Amino acid sequence: MPSTHAASTRLEKDAGKQPRALDLGFPFSLLCEVTFRCPLQCPYCSNPLGFAHALRDELDTAEWIRVLEEAAGLGVLQAHFSGGEPLLRKDLPEMIAAAHRFGLYANLSTGGTLLTSDLAHRLKEAGLGGFQLSIQDSRPESAEWAAGMRGSFAKKGEAARMARDAGLTLGINVVLHRQNLDRIEEIIALAESWGAERLELANSQYNGWALHNRRWLLPTRAQVERASEVASLAQERLRGKMEILFVIPDYYAAYPKACLHGWGRAFLTVSADGMVLPCQAAREITSLSFPNVREENLRDIWFHSAAFRRFRGTDWLPEPCQSCPRKEIDFGGCRCQAFLLTGDAGATDPACLLSPHHHRIEEALAEAETRETVSWSYRNPTESKRLSGVPCHPSAPSRAEPEPTP
Amino acid sequence: MDADLRAPRIASKASLRWDAVRQKPILLYPEGVLILNPSAEAILSLCDGRRPVSEIVSELASRYGGDPVALETDVWNFLQELLDRGLLLCPDPKEK
Ligand code: SF4
Ligand code: SF4
Repeated sequence: MPSTHAASTRLEKDAGKQPRALDLGFPFSLLCEVTFRCPLQCPYCSNPLGFAHALRDELDTAEWIRVLEEAAGLGVLQAHFSGGEPLLRKDLPEMIAAAHRFGLYANLSTGGTLLTSDLAHRLKEAGLGGFQLSIQDSRPESAEWAAGMRGSFAKKGEAARMARDAGLTLGINVVLHRQNLDRIEEIIALAESWGAERLELANSQYNGWALHNRRWLLPTRAQVERASEVASLAQERLRGKMEILFVIPDYYAAYPKACLHGWGRAFLTVSADGMVLPCQAAREITSLSFPNVREENLRDIWFHSAAFRRFRGTDWLPEPCQSCPRKEIDFGGCRCQAFLLTGDAGATDPACLLSPHHHRIEEALAEAETRETVSWSYRNPTESKRLSGVPCHPSAPSRAEPEPTP
Repeated sequence: MDADLRAPRIASKASLRWDAVRQKPILLYPEGVLILNPSAEAILSLCDGRRPVSEIVSELASRYGGDPVALETDVWNFLQELLDRGLLLCPDPKEK
Protein backbone atom coordinates (compact mmCIF):
# COMPACT_ATOMS: atom_id res chain seq x y z
CA MET A 1 0.00 0.00 0.00
CA PRO A 2 1.66 3.19 -1.05
CA SER A 3 0.95 6.07 1.19
CA THR A 4 3.56 8.42 2.49
CA HIS A 5 6.33 6.00 3.30
CA ALA A 6 8.62 7.34 0.65
CA ALA A 7 8.22 10.85 1.89
CA SER A 8 8.98 9.74 5.39
CA THR A 9 12.17 7.95 4.57
CA ARG A 10 14.67 10.06 6.33
CA LEU A 11 18.07 10.84 5.06
CA GLU A 12 19.83 11.80 8.12
CA LYS A 13 22.59 13.90 6.88
CA ASP A 14 23.04 15.59 10.25
CA ALA A 15 23.51 12.51 12.33
CA GLY A 16 26.03 11.30 9.80
CA LYS A 17 27.75 14.68 10.02
CA GLN A 18 28.27 14.75 6.29
CA PRO A 19 25.94 17.59 5.38
CA ARG A 20 27.05 17.67 1.78
CA ALA A 21 26.38 14.00 1.16
CA LEU A 22 22.99 14.72 -0.36
CA ASP A 23 24.58 17.01 -2.87
CA LEU A 24 26.78 14.35 -4.37
CA GLY A 25 23.92 13.85 -6.76
CA PHE A 26 23.12 10.15 -6.40
CA PRO A 27 19.68 8.92 -5.37
CA PHE A 28 19.30 7.06 -2.08
CA SER A 29 15.96 5.43 -2.32
CA LEU A 30 13.91 3.66 -4.96
CA LEU A 31 10.18 3.10 -4.65
CA CYS A 32 9.08 0.10 -6.71
CA GLU A 33 5.34 0.23 -7.37
CA VAL A 34 5.30 -3.35 -8.62
CA THR A 35 1.59 -3.41 -9.39
CA PHE A 36 -1.44 -1.13 -9.32
CA ARG A 37 -3.74 -4.06 -8.58
CA CYS A 38 -5.08 -4.12 -5.05
CA PRO A 39 -7.84 -5.91 -3.16
CA LEU A 40 -8.44 -2.80 -1.05
CA GLN A 41 -9.98 0.49 -2.11
CA CYS A 42 -8.69 3.15 0.28
CA PRO A 43 -10.13 6.54 -0.69
CA TYR A 44 -6.79 8.29 0.01
CA CYS A 45 -4.67 5.89 -2.03
CA SER A 46 -1.50 7.53 -3.33
CA ASN A 47 -1.73 5.78 -6.69
CA PRO A 48 -2.63 8.09 -9.55
CA LEU A 49 -6.33 8.63 -10.17
CA GLY A 50 -5.91 7.11 -13.61
CA PHE A 51 -4.12 3.94 -12.41
CA ALA A 52 -6.66 1.75 -14.23
CA HIS A 53 -5.03 2.69 -17.53
CA ALA A 54 -1.71 1.26 -16.34
CA LEU A 55 -3.03 -2.01 -14.92
CA ARG A 56 -1.95 -4.20 -17.80
CA ASP A 57 1.53 -3.41 -18.92
CA GLU A 58 3.34 -4.44 -15.71
CA LEU A 59 7.11 -4.79 -15.81
CA ASP A 60 8.04 -8.46 -15.65
CA THR A 61 10.49 -10.10 -13.26
CA ALA A 62 13.52 -9.68 -15.48
CA GLU A 63 12.72 -6.01 -16.06
CA TRP A 64 12.43 -5.36 -12.33
CA ILE A 65 15.68 -7.15 -11.64
CA ARG A 66 17.39 -5.00 -14.24
CA VAL A 67 15.89 -1.87 -12.64
CA LEU A 68 17.18 -2.93 -9.22
CA GLU A 69 20.64 -3.58 -10.56
CA GLU A 70 20.76 -0.23 -12.34
CA ALA A 71 19.50 1.48 -9.20
CA ALA A 72 22.22 -0.08 -7.06
CA GLY A 73 24.82 1.06 -9.57
CA LEU A 74 23.42 4.56 -9.34
CA GLY A 75 23.90 4.73 -5.57
CA VAL A 76 20.45 3.68 -4.39
CA LEU A 77 20.63 2.05 -0.95
CA GLN A 78 16.99 1.32 -0.18
CA ALA A 79 14.37 -0.42 -2.27
CA HIS A 80 10.77 -0.04 -1.10
CA PHE A 81 8.40 -2.53 -2.64
CA SER A 82 4.92 -1.17 -2.78
CA GLY A 83 1.87 -1.06 -5.03
CA GLY A 84 -1.10 -1.46 -5.20
CA GLU A 85 -0.67 -4.64 -3.29
CA PRO A 86 2.84 -5.99 -3.90
CA LEU A 87 1.91 -9.42 -2.50
CA LEU A 88 -0.13 -9.92 -5.67
CA ARG A 89 3.16 -10.38 -7.50
CA LYS A 90 4.12 -14.04 -7.24
CA ASP A 91 7.70 -13.10 -8.03
CA LEU A 92 8.02 -10.73 -5.05
CA PRO A 93 10.44 -12.99 -3.12
CA GLU A 94 12.55 -13.22 -6.25
CA MET A 95 12.65 -9.44 -6.66
CA ILE A 96 13.51 -8.96 -2.99
CA ALA A 97 16.27 -11.53 -3.24
CA ALA A 98 17.67 -9.61 -6.21
CA ALA A 99 17.54 -6.32 -4.30
CA HIS A 100 19.32 -7.97 -1.42
CA ARG A 101 21.96 -9.42 -3.73
CA PHE A 102 22.64 -5.96 -5.17
CA GLY A 103 23.20 -4.63 -1.64
CA LEU A 104 19.90 -2.76 -1.34
CA TYR A 105 18.00 -2.67 1.93
CA ALA A 106 14.60 -4.08 1.00
CA ASN A 107 11.40 -2.83 2.59
CA LEU A 108 7.86 -3.88 1.88
CA SER A 109 4.66 -1.84 2.21
CA THR A 110 1.63 -4.05 2.15
CA GLY A 111 -2.01 -4.16 3.10
CA GLY A 112 -1.24 -7.60 4.51
CA THR A 113 -4.48 -9.35 3.59
CA LEU A 114 -2.70 -11.79 1.26
CA LEU A 115 0.15 -12.77 3.57
CA THR A 116 0.60 -16.39 4.56
CA SER A 117 3.03 -17.74 7.06
CA ASP A 118 4.92 -19.51 4.31
CA LEU A 119 5.20 -16.32 2.27
CA ALA A 120 6.38 -14.37 5.32
CA HIS A 121 9.20 -16.87 5.79
CA ARG A 122 10.10 -16.80 2.12
CA LEU A 123 10.27 -12.99 2.19
CA LYS A 124 12.50 -13.12 5.22
CA GLU A 125 14.78 -15.67 3.58
CA ALA A 126 14.95 -13.53 0.47
CA GLY A 127 16.47 -10.80 2.62
CA LEU A 128 13.52 -8.54 3.38
CA GLY A 129 14.34 -6.04 6.12
CA GLY A 130 11.37 -3.88 7.04
CA PHE A 131 7.78 -5.08 6.82
CA GLN A 132 5.36 -2.19 6.79
CA LEU A 133 1.71 -3.03 7.28
CA SER A 134 -0.97 -0.51 6.51
CA ILE A 135 -4.06 -0.36 8.66
CA GLN A 136 -7.04 1.93 8.16
CA ASP A 137 -8.45 2.34 11.64
CA SER A 138 -8.56 0.84 15.13
CA ARG A 139 -11.94 -0.91 14.87
CA PRO A 140 -12.94 -3.62 12.43
CA GLU A 141 -16.14 -1.88 11.20
CA SER A 142 -14.63 1.50 10.45
CA ALA A 143 -11.36 0.03 9.15
CA GLU A 144 -13.13 -2.27 6.71
CA TRP A 145 -15.42 0.50 5.63
CA ALA A 146 -12.44 2.70 4.70
CA ALA A 147 -10.57 -0.19 3.06
CA GLY A 148 -13.67 -1.25 1.16
CA MET A 149 -13.06 -4.89 2.03
CA ARG A 150 -14.90 -7.02 4.52
CA GLY A 151 -12.78 -9.28 6.68
CA SER A 152 -9.64 -7.26 6.04
CA PHE A 153 -9.13 -6.18 9.65
CA ALA A 154 -8.67 -9.67 11.10
CA LYS A 155 -6.43 -10.62 8.19
CA LYS A 156 -4.18 -7.66 8.95
CA GLY A 157 -3.92 -8.74 12.58
CA GLU A 158 -2.87 -12.18 11.38
CA ALA A 159 -0.37 -10.65 8.97
CA ALA A 160 1.24 -8.70 11.80
CA ARG A 161 1.65 -11.90 13.79
CA MET A 162 2.98 -13.91 10.83
CA ALA A 163 5.48 -11.21 9.94
CA ARG A 164 6.83 -11.07 13.47
CA ASP A 165 6.95 -14.85 13.75
CA ALA A 166 9.04 -14.92 10.60
CA GLY A 167 11.49 -12.53 12.22
CA LEU A 168 10.60 -9.47 10.16
CA THR A 169 10.76 -5.99 11.66
CA LEU A 170 7.13 -4.84 11.86
CA GLY A 171 6.15 -1.27 11.18
CA ILE A 172 2.55 -0.12 11.04
CA ASN A 173 1.40 2.70 8.85
CA VAL A 174 -1.91 4.55 9.16
CA VAL A 175 -3.14 7.36 7.00
CA LEU A 176 -4.92 9.80 9.30
CA HIS A 177 -7.93 11.81 8.20
CA ARG A 178 -11.20 13.29 9.35
CA GLN A 179 -12.89 9.90 9.77
CA ASN A 180 -10.28 8.17 11.97
CA LEU A 181 -8.33 10.98 13.64
CA ASP A 182 -10.47 10.96 16.77
CA ARG A 183 -9.51 7.34 17.41
CA ILE A 184 -5.78 8.04 17.44
CA GLU A 185 -5.36 6.66 21.00
CA GLU A 186 -6.99 3.42 19.96
CA ILE A 187 -4.85 3.25 16.85
CA ILE A 188 -1.68 3.66 18.90
CA ALA A 189 -2.85 1.01 21.37
CA LEU A 190 -3.63 -1.36 18.51
CA ALA A 191 -0.20 -0.94 16.96
CA GLU A 192 1.33 -1.63 20.36
CA SER A 193 -0.72 -4.76 20.88
CA TRP A 194 0.14 -6.03 17.41
CA GLY A 195 3.82 -5.70 18.27
CA ALA A 196 4.92 -2.92 15.93
CA GLU A 197 8.39 -1.51 16.49
CA ARG A 198 7.41 1.60 14.64
CA LEU A 199 4.15 3.39 13.96
CA GLU A 200 3.83 5.92 11.22
CA LEU A 201 0.87 8.23 11.69
CA ALA A 202 0.77 10.00 8.38
CA ASN A 203 -1.84 12.62 7.78
CA SER A 204 -3.33 12.28 4.37
CA GLN A 205 -1.52 14.13 1.60
CA TYR A 206 -4.00 15.72 -0.81
CA ASN A 207 -2.89 14.56 -4.23
CA GLY A 208 -4.69 12.12 -6.49
CA TRP A 209 -7.41 10.12 -4.76
CA ALA A 210 -7.12 12.07 -1.54
CA LEU A 211 -7.58 15.35 -3.41
CA HIS A 212 -10.65 13.97 -5.12
CA ASN A 213 -11.99 12.86 -1.71
CA ARG A 214 -10.65 15.84 0.18
CA ARG A 215 -13.93 17.11 1.50
CA TRP A 216 -14.48 13.74 3.18
CA LEU A 217 -10.91 13.38 4.43
CA LEU A 218 -9.80 16.84 5.53
CA PRO A 219 -9.98 17.11 9.33
CA THR A 220 -10.85 20.17 11.38
CA ARG A 221 -8.11 22.16 13.07
CA ALA A 222 -9.30 20.99 16.50
CA GLN A 223 -8.99 17.36 15.42
CA VAL A 224 -5.44 17.87 14.20
CA GLU A 225 -4.34 19.76 17.30
CA ARG A 226 -5.73 17.16 19.64
CA ALA A 227 -4.22 14.29 17.67
CA SER A 228 -0.81 15.86 17.59
CA GLU A 229 -0.89 16.25 21.39
CA VAL A 230 -1.91 12.64 21.82
CA ALA A 231 0.86 11.55 19.46
CA SER A 232 3.55 13.51 21.24
CA LEU A 233 2.53 12.17 24.65
CA ALA A 234 2.59 8.65 23.25
CA GLN A 235 6.02 9.30 21.73
CA GLU A 236 7.30 10.09 25.22
CA ARG A 237 5.52 7.21 26.90
CA LEU A 238 6.66 4.60 24.38
CA ARG A 239 10.22 5.81 23.85
CA GLY A 240 12.53 2.86 23.30
CA LYS A 241 9.54 0.55 22.85
CA MET A 242 7.67 1.71 19.78
CA GLU A 243 8.88 4.60 17.69
CA ILE A 244 6.05 6.92 16.65
CA LEU A 245 6.24 9.23 13.72
CA PHE A 246 3.52 11.84 13.35
CA VAL A 247 3.50 13.63 10.03
CA ILE A 248 1.82 17.05 10.37
CA PRO A 249 -0.66 17.70 7.58
CA ASP A 250 0.79 20.41 5.39
CA TYR A 251 -2.60 22.13 5.09
CA TYR A 252 -2.24 22.98 8.77
CA ALA A 253 1.41 23.95 8.71
CA ALA A 254 2.68 27.43 7.89
CA TYR A 255 5.28 26.24 5.40
CA PRO A 256 5.30 23.30 3.05
CA LYS A 257 7.21 20.10 3.53
CA ALA A 258 10.46 19.55 1.73
CA CYS A 259 8.86 17.01 -0.48
CA LEU A 260 11.26 14.07 -0.81
CA HIS A 261 14.25 16.30 0.07
CA GLY A 262 13.85 18.04 -3.24
CA TRP A 263 12.88 16.97 -6.74
CA GLY A 264 15.32 14.53 -8.31
CA ARG A 265 17.65 14.76 -5.35
CA ALA A 266 17.29 11.65 -3.22
CA PHE A 267 14.31 9.59 -4.38
CA LEU A 268 12.94 8.01 -7.45
CA THR A 269 9.90 5.89 -8.18
CA VAL A 270 9.52 3.24 -10.82
CA SER A 271 5.86 2.56 -11.51
CA ALA A 272 4.18 -0.71 -12.42
CA ASP A 273 4.35 0.12 -16.12
CA GLY A 274 7.98 1.25 -16.01
CA MET A 275 7.39 4.98 -15.81
CA VAL A 276 10.10 6.69 -13.77
CA LEU A 277 8.98 9.50 -11.51
CA PRO A 278 10.72 11.82 -9.06
CA CYS A 279 7.76 11.25 -6.75
CA GLN A 280 4.96 8.69 -6.82
CA ALA A 281 2.34 11.41 -7.21
CA ALA A 282 4.14 13.09 -10.11
CA ARG A 283 2.32 11.10 -12.77
CA GLU A 284 -0.51 13.57 -12.28
CA ILE A 285 1.65 16.42 -13.55
CA THR A 286 0.38 16.17 -17.09
CA SER A 287 2.49 19.11 -18.24
CA LEU A 288 5.62 16.94 -17.94
CA SER A 289 6.35 13.75 -19.78
CA PHE A 290 8.14 11.08 -17.82
CA PRO A 291 10.70 8.57 -19.06
CA ASN A 292 10.26 4.81 -18.95
CA VAL A 293 12.77 2.12 -17.96
CA ARG A 294 11.73 0.18 -21.03
CA GLU A 295 13.27 2.87 -23.20
CA GLU A 296 16.21 4.23 -21.23
CA ASN A 297 18.45 3.16 -18.39
CA LEU A 298 18.02 4.59 -14.93
CA ARG A 299 21.31 6.48 -14.94
CA ASP A 300 20.45 8.44 -18.06
CA ILE A 301 16.98 9.09 -16.71
CA TRP A 302 18.28 10.32 -13.37
CA PHE A 303 20.99 12.57 -14.69
CA HIS A 304 19.74 13.67 -18.09
CA SER A 305 15.97 13.41 -18.49
CA ALA A 306 14.15 16.71 -18.82
CA ALA A 307 11.56 15.65 -16.24
CA PHE A 308 14.14 15.02 -13.52
CA ARG A 309 16.14 18.13 -14.30
CA ARG A 310 13.15 20.42 -14.52
CA PHE A 311 12.80 21.16 -10.78
CA ARG A 312 16.16 20.02 -9.47
CA GLY A 313 17.99 22.42 -7.19
CA THR A 314 16.71 25.92 -6.54
CA ASP A 315 17.54 27.93 -9.68
CA TRP A 316 14.11 27.36 -11.26
CA LEU A 317 12.23 28.66 -8.22
CA PRO A 318 9.80 31.54 -8.73
CA GLU A 319 9.17 34.34 -6.27
CA PRO A 320 8.39 34.44 -3.38
CA CYS A 321 10.64 31.35 -3.02
CA GLN A 322 13.67 32.71 -4.89
CA SER A 323 14.34 35.37 -2.28
CA CYS A 324 13.11 33.29 0.67
CA PRO A 325 15.63 31.97 3.22
CA ARG A 326 13.69 28.71 3.47
CA LYS A 327 14.31 27.73 -0.12
CA GLU A 328 17.20 25.43 0.79
CA ILE A 329 14.94 23.75 3.36
CA ASP A 330 11.74 23.10 1.45
CA PHE A 331 12.62 23.77 -2.22
CA GLY A 332 9.32 25.58 -2.66
CA GLY A 333 7.31 22.56 -1.49
CA CYS A 334 5.46 19.88 -3.40
CA ARG A 335 5.39 20.09 -7.22
CA CYS A 336 2.41 17.78 -7.49
CA GLN A 337 0.36 19.89 -5.11
CA ALA A 338 1.40 23.06 -6.94
CA PHE A 339 0.25 21.58 -10.24
CA LEU A 340 -3.00 20.12 -8.95
CA LEU A 341 -4.06 23.31 -7.16
CA THR A 342 -2.72 26.01 -9.47
CA GLY A 343 -2.28 24.28 -12.82
CA ASP A 344 1.41 25.25 -12.79
CA ALA A 345 3.90 22.65 -11.55
CA GLY A 346 6.50 25.42 -11.20
CA ALA A 347 4.48 27.52 -8.77
CA THR A 348 5.15 27.96 -5.07
CA ASP A 349 3.34 25.21 -3.17
CA PRO A 350 -0.04 26.71 -2.17
CA ALA A 351 0.40 25.12 1.27
CA CYS A 352 2.89 27.92 1.96
CA LEU A 353 1.51 30.98 3.72
CA LEU A 354 3.49 33.14 1.30
CA SER A 355 2.05 31.57 -1.83
CA PRO A 356 -0.25 33.83 -3.85
CA HIS A 357 -2.52 30.78 -4.13
CA HIS A 358 -2.68 30.06 -0.41
CA HIS A 359 -6.37 31.03 -0.40
CA ARG A 360 -7.08 27.67 -2.11
CA ILE A 361 -5.89 25.95 1.06
CA GLU A 362 -7.71 28.37 3.32
CA GLU A 363 -10.96 27.80 1.47
CA ALA A 364 -10.63 24.03 1.90
CA LEU A 365 -9.87 24.51 5.59
CA ALA A 366 -12.88 26.77 6.09
CA GLU A 367 -15.04 24.16 4.41
CA ALA A 368 -13.61 21.50 6.72
CA GLU A 369 -14.98 23.39 9.71
CA THR A 370 -18.51 22.95 8.43
CA ARG A 371 -20.60 19.82 8.66
CA GLU A 372 -22.36 18.42 5.69
CA THR A 373 -22.85 15.08 4.03
CA VAL A 374 -20.37 14.61 1.24
CA SER A 375 -19.95 12.01 -1.42
CA TRP A 376 -16.64 10.33 -2.06
CA SER A 377 -15.11 7.56 -4.12
CA TYR A 378 -13.43 4.29 -3.38
CA ARG A 379 -10.20 3.66 -5.21
CA ASN A 380 -11.03 1.00 -7.78
CA PRO A 381 -10.67 0.52 -11.54
CA THR A 382 -14.23 1.61 -12.33
CA GLU A 383 -13.90 4.89 -10.48
CA SER A 384 -10.41 5.35 -11.85
CA LYS A 385 -11.64 5.17 -15.42
CA ARG A 386 -14.56 7.43 -14.70
CA LEU A 387 -12.45 10.05 -12.94
CA SER A 388 -9.38 10.18 -15.11
CA GLY A 389 -9.61 12.16 -18.24
CA VAL A 390 -12.15 14.46 -16.66
CA PRO A 391 -10.60 17.31 -14.67
CA CYS A 392 -10.46 16.38 -11.04
CA HIS A 393 -11.99 18.68 -8.51
CA PRO A 394 -12.66 17.78 -4.91
CA SER A 395 -16.23 18.99 -5.06
CA ALA A 396 -17.10 16.93 -8.12
CA PRO A 397 -19.87 14.51 -7.17
CA SER A 398 -19.14 10.82 -7.12
CA ARG A 399 -21.24 7.82 -7.90
CA ALA A 400 -19.72 5.62 -5.22
CA GLU A 401 -22.29 5.34 -2.47
CA PRO A 402 -20.82 5.86 0.97
CA GLU A 403 -22.09 3.56 3.66
CA PRO A 404 -23.34 5.21 6.84
CA THR A 405 -20.67 6.15 9.37
CA PRO A 406 -20.37 3.24 11.78
CA MET B 1 23.80 1.06 37.22
CA ASP B 2 27.24 1.41 35.74
CA ALA B 3 26.32 2.11 32.16
CA ASP B 4 29.86 1.65 30.94
CA LEU B 5 29.72 -2.07 31.56
CA ARG B 6 27.09 -2.49 28.91
CA ALA B 7 28.27 -3.75 25.55
CA PRO B 8 26.36 -2.19 22.65
CA ARG B 9 25.75 -3.96 19.38
CA ILE B 10 24.08 -2.94 16.13
CA ALA B 11 20.41 -4.01 15.98
CA SER B 12 19.64 -6.78 13.53
CA LYS B 13 17.43 -4.47 11.48
CA ALA B 14 20.40 -2.17 10.78
CA SER B 15 23.54 -2.91 8.86
CA LEU B 16 26.90 -1.24 8.70
CA ARG B 17 28.24 -1.12 5.16
CA TRP B 18 30.56 0.53 2.74
CA ASP B 19 28.81 2.53 0.01
CA ALA B 20 30.87 1.95 -3.10
CA VAL B 21 29.17 4.70 -5.10
CA ARG B 22 29.65 7.48 -2.56
CA GLN B 23 32.84 6.00 -1.13
CA LYS B 24 31.57 6.40 2.42
CA PRO B 25 30.67 4.16 5.33
CA ILE B 26 26.94 3.98 6.00
CA LEU B 27 24.46 2.55 8.46
CA LEU B 28 21.35 1.27 6.68
CA TYR B 29 18.06 0.62 8.45
CA PRO B 30 14.40 0.27 7.42
CA GLU B 31 13.50 3.95 7.32
CA GLY B 32 16.67 5.47 6.06
CA VAL B 33 20.40 5.67 6.10
CA LEU B 34 23.09 7.40 8.08
CA ILE B 35 26.12 8.48 6.16
CA LEU B 36 28.91 8.11 8.63
CA ASN B 37 31.97 10.22 9.17
CA PRO B 38 35.21 8.41 10.09
CA SER B 39 34.72 8.72 13.84
CA ALA B 40 31.13 7.47 13.73
CA GLU B 41 32.31 4.51 11.70
CA ALA B 42 35.14 3.82 14.13
CA ILE B 43 32.71 3.81 17.06
CA LEU B 44 30.15 1.59 15.34
CA SER B 45 32.64 -0.93 14.13
CA LEU B 46 33.67 -1.45 17.75
CA CYS B 47 30.05 -2.10 18.82
CA ASP B 48 30.25 -5.87 18.58
CA GLY B 49 28.18 -6.77 21.63
CA ARG B 50 31.29 -7.88 23.53
CA ARG B 51 33.21 -4.69 24.19
CA PRO B 52 31.81 -2.52 26.97
CA VAL B 53 31.63 1.21 26.26
CA SER B 54 34.63 1.85 28.52
CA GLU B 55 36.72 -0.40 26.30
CA ILE B 56 35.43 1.26 23.14
CA VAL B 57 36.46 4.62 24.56
CA SER B 58 39.95 3.47 25.54
CA GLU B 59 40.43 1.81 22.14
CA LEU B 60 39.47 5.06 20.39
CA ALA B 61 41.66 7.09 22.75
CA SER B 62 44.66 4.93 21.99
CA ARG B 63 43.99 5.09 18.25
CA TYR B 64 43.30 8.77 17.90
CA GLY B 65 44.54 10.33 21.14
CA GLY B 66 42.66 13.21 22.72
CA ASP B 67 41.07 13.74 26.10
CA PRO B 68 39.38 10.49 27.19
CA VAL B 69 36.77 12.30 29.26
CA ALA B 70 35.64 14.46 26.37
CA LEU B 71 35.83 11.45 24.10
CA GLU B 72 33.62 9.43 26.39
CA THR B 73 30.97 12.16 26.32
CA ASP B 74 31.07 12.26 22.53
CA VAL B 75 30.82 8.51 22.24
CA TRP B 76 27.90 8.38 24.64
CA ASN B 77 26.06 11.16 22.85
CA PHE B 78 26.40 9.34 19.59
CA LEU B 79 25.45 5.95 21.02
CA GLN B 80 22.47 7.37 22.88
CA GLU B 81 21.02 8.80 19.70
CA LEU B 82 21.19 5.40 18.03
CA LEU B 83 19.92 3.61 21.14
CA ASP B 84 16.88 5.88 21.28
CA ARG B 85 16.03 4.93 17.75
CA GLY B 86 16.51 1.24 18.26
CA LEU B 87 19.43 1.01 15.85
CA LEU B 88 21.76 -0.05 18.60
CA LEU B 89 21.01 -2.46 21.43
CA CYS B 90 22.68 -2.31 24.77
CA PRO B 91 21.64 -5.13 27.06
CA ASP B 92 22.28 -4.68 30.76
CA PRO B 93 24.89 -7.31 31.72
CA LYS B 94 23.19 -7.88 35.06
CA GLU B 95 20.09 -9.11 33.29
CA LYS B 96 21.97 -11.86 31.55
S1 SF4 C 1 -6.17 0.93 -2.07
FE1 SF4 C 1 -5.26 1.12 -0.02
S2 SF4 C 1 -4.06 -0.71 0.24
FE2 SF4 C 1 -4.53 -0.57 -1.97
S3 SF4 C 1 -2.77 0.49 -2.87
FE3 SF4 C 1 -4.23 2.05 -2.35
S4 SF4 C 1 -3.74 2.73 -0.26
FE4 SF4 C 1 -2.69 0.81 -0.64
S1 SF4 D 1 8.13 31.04 -0.04
FE1 SF4 D 1 8.85 29.18 -1.05
S2 SF4 D 1 10.82 28.73 -0.10
FE2 SF4 D 1 9.76 30.20 1.25
S3 SF4 D 1 8.70 28.94 2.75
FE3 SF4 D 1 7.24 29.32 1.08
S4 SF4 D 1 7.49 27.56 -0.29
FE4 SF4 D 1 9.28 27.59 1.05
